[in-house]
Amino acid sequence: MNGFRILPAGDSAFAVEFGDTIDRIVSERVLTLAQLIERAHLSGVLETIPTFRSLMVAFDPARVAFEALARTVSKLAEPLVAFARDQAPSFREHRCWRAPACYHPDVAPDLEAAAARLGLSMAELAARHAAPSYHVYMLGFLPGQPYLGELPESLALPRRETPRLRVEAGSIGVAMRMTCIFPRATPCGLNVIARTPLPLWNPTQTDGLLLQPGDALRFVPVSLETFESLGNADARASWRWRDDEAAE
Amino acid sequence: MTPALRILSPGPLTTVQDLGRPGHQRLGVPVGGALDPVALRAGNALVGNAPDVGALECVGAGPTLIVEADSVRLALVGGGAPAWRRATADDARETALQPGASFTLRRGERLRIGAIVHGAAYLAVEGGFDIAPVLGSVSTYVRGEIGGFEGRPLRAGDRVPLARAEATPRREREMTMDFLAPADTLRVVEGPQADFFAPEQIEAFHAARYRIGAQWSRMGARLEGPALPPAHGFNIVSDAIVRGSIQIPGSGQPIVLMSEHQTTGGYPKIATVISADLHLLGRLGPGDSVRFARVAMEEAAAARTLLTAELEGLARRTRERPDAVDPFERLFDANLISGVFDAGPSWN
Repeated sequence: MNGFRILPAGDSAFAVEFGDTIDRIVSERVLTLAQLIERAHLSGVLETIPTFRSLMVAFDPARVAFEALARTVSKLAEPLVAFARDQAPSFREHRCWRAPACYHPDVAPDLEAAAARLGLSMAELAARHAAPSYHVYMLGFLPGQPYLGELPESLALPRRETPRLRVEAGSIGVAMRMTCIFPRATPCGLNVIARTPLPLWNPTQTDGLLLQPGDALRFVPVSLETFESLGNADARASWRWRDDEAAE
Repeated sequence: MTPALRILSPGPLTTVQDLGRPGHQRLGVPVGGALDPVALRAGNALVGNAPDVGALECVGAGPTLIVEADSVRLALVGGGAPAWRRATADDARETALQPGASFTLRRGERLRIGAIVHGAAYLAVEGGFDIAPVLGSVSTYVRGEIGGFEGRPLRAGDRVPLARAEATPRREREMTMDFLAPADTLRVVEGPQADFFAPEQIEAFHAARYRIGAQWSRMGARLEGPALPPAHGFNIVSDAIVRGSIQIPGSGQPIVLMSEHQTTGGYPKIATVISADLHLLGRLGPGDSVRFARVAMEEAAAARTLLTAELEGLARRTRERPDAVDPFERLFDANLISGVFDAGPSWN
C-alpha cells in the first residue's frame, strides 16, 4: 500500500491506515500524522491512538461531522505518503530513554534456553540485545507496555510453544523481530531474556519509564546487584533516565 | 470515623464507575467507565449529582451494605434489580425499595440489592465517593488495577468513603424508567476490516441471532452463533479498537468489545456498534440474545444526536416523590437468582 485509507470504526472514530505490515516507514507516517493532528488543534478531536499500521482518530460527532474531519485529516496525511519510501521526512519530536536490563538467569527464565537455541553465549545475547536503539512502535495490551523494534535478525526466535502463566513485572521478552517490556506481572508467550527494575507507566508515580509512542529506548546491561539496588525508589534517583543527546 | 458505606457482602462484580478516562488510549489505558452510562446518568440525576459522578456498578447481583454516615441519599437504577432496606441487624422485616427513586438511609441501616436481571445496576450516592481520581476518573480499571476503590472490585469489609457526611434535607425524587429497558437488536455500521469477510458472511452476520456467552467481562463478551471465520485471514497486524468493535478470531466466533476493552488488537473487525446503542450493549449479559442490524453512517449520527438531547433532558425528567406510602414497596418479593459471571482471564 502506497497511500492511505480511512476506515470507519463506528460513528465517532476512524483509522487512517498507512499499511498492513510492521514497517518503520509506516510507523513514521502514523506517528507524524498524530503530531500534525495534535498541533492543528482540530475541533472535535478527542484523542489519537497510534498503532503499527494506522492512527485511530476519536472524535465527538456533535462537534465535527465524520466526513468533514476525514477530509481535514486526509489533507494532513497526503504529504506524508507523497515521498518515496526512503525520503519520507521525519520532523516529529521524541525522547530517548535508558532502561537498565539485567541479563541473568535468576531474573530471566528463558535466557539460558534462548542463548542455547541461538548458538550464542548469554553474554553475547545480552550484548546484541542491548546494542540497538529501539523504536517504540506503540503502547498497548497493558498500560505503558511498549512494542519495540527491530530486534537484530540474529536474535529472532519464535514465541514459546507453551506460554508462561506468569512473568514478573519488568520482564523483557523477545519473539520474532520484536522485543517488549511487561509493566506488570502477566501471562506471557515471549521468551524472557532480561528484566528491568524500573517501573514502567504508573499513574500514581512520577518516576519510571514514561514512554510515548515514537520514543526511542536503549537497554543498558546491569549486574544482579545493580538490578536489586535499583528496585529501591531512592536508589533510582541516581539513574540517568534519558539519553536525549543520542537523538537521531 | 469518616462517613462510608461498609460492604457486608460484595456481589460478584461491584466496582466504582463513572464515565471513564478518555485521552490516554495512546499509552494503552482503556477509557473504561460504566457499562450502561445512561443508567449511571439517571442515578446521578435522581440524587442531584452531575452526570459524571462515580457510582457503584453491580453485575450479576448487588452488594449488601451498611450505612456508616449520619445519613446518605441513594438511588438504584438499571439492571432490573430489586433492593430492600432494613433498619437494624436484628430487624426481621425488610422493606422493598421503589426502583427509579431516590431514598435516604440513616446510620446503621442496611441495604440489600438482589439479582441483576440484565446488564448492570448503578447505586448512585448523593455527592459521590471520596476517592481520588486517577487520570481524571474514579472508574475502576479491573485488569490494570487502577482507579476506584484500591483498583479492584469491592470485597466484604471494605469501607467505601463518602464525600458527604449526611444527605441534603429535601424531598426524594423519582422518574419513569421506561428508557432503561434492554434491547435485543443493536445497530451497527460496517467495521474497519469488513473486507476480510465474504459478502455472504456479512449477510449471515446481520441475519443471525447471537447469544452472549458465559465468557463475559467488562472487557467484552464472546458471542455464540454462526461461526464466520474471516475468509481473507484472521491474523492482522494490531490496530486500535473502539468500544463496540466486533472482532472475529480464527474460530469464527465473534467477540464484542465493551467498556474496559484493551486499546489495540489483531483480529479483523466486521462491524461496530453505533455510539447511540453502546449503553444497550451494557445491558446484555450471559444468556441474552442479540441481533446486529446494519445502518448507514447518517442514521448512526442522527441516533447519537437524539440520544444526546435525551440525556441533556434527563434531570428534567425527575420529579418530587409524593410522601404517601409507596404501593411499589409491597410488590417486590425476595427473588435472589445468582448469576454466573467471569470477570477473569482475557482472551488476547
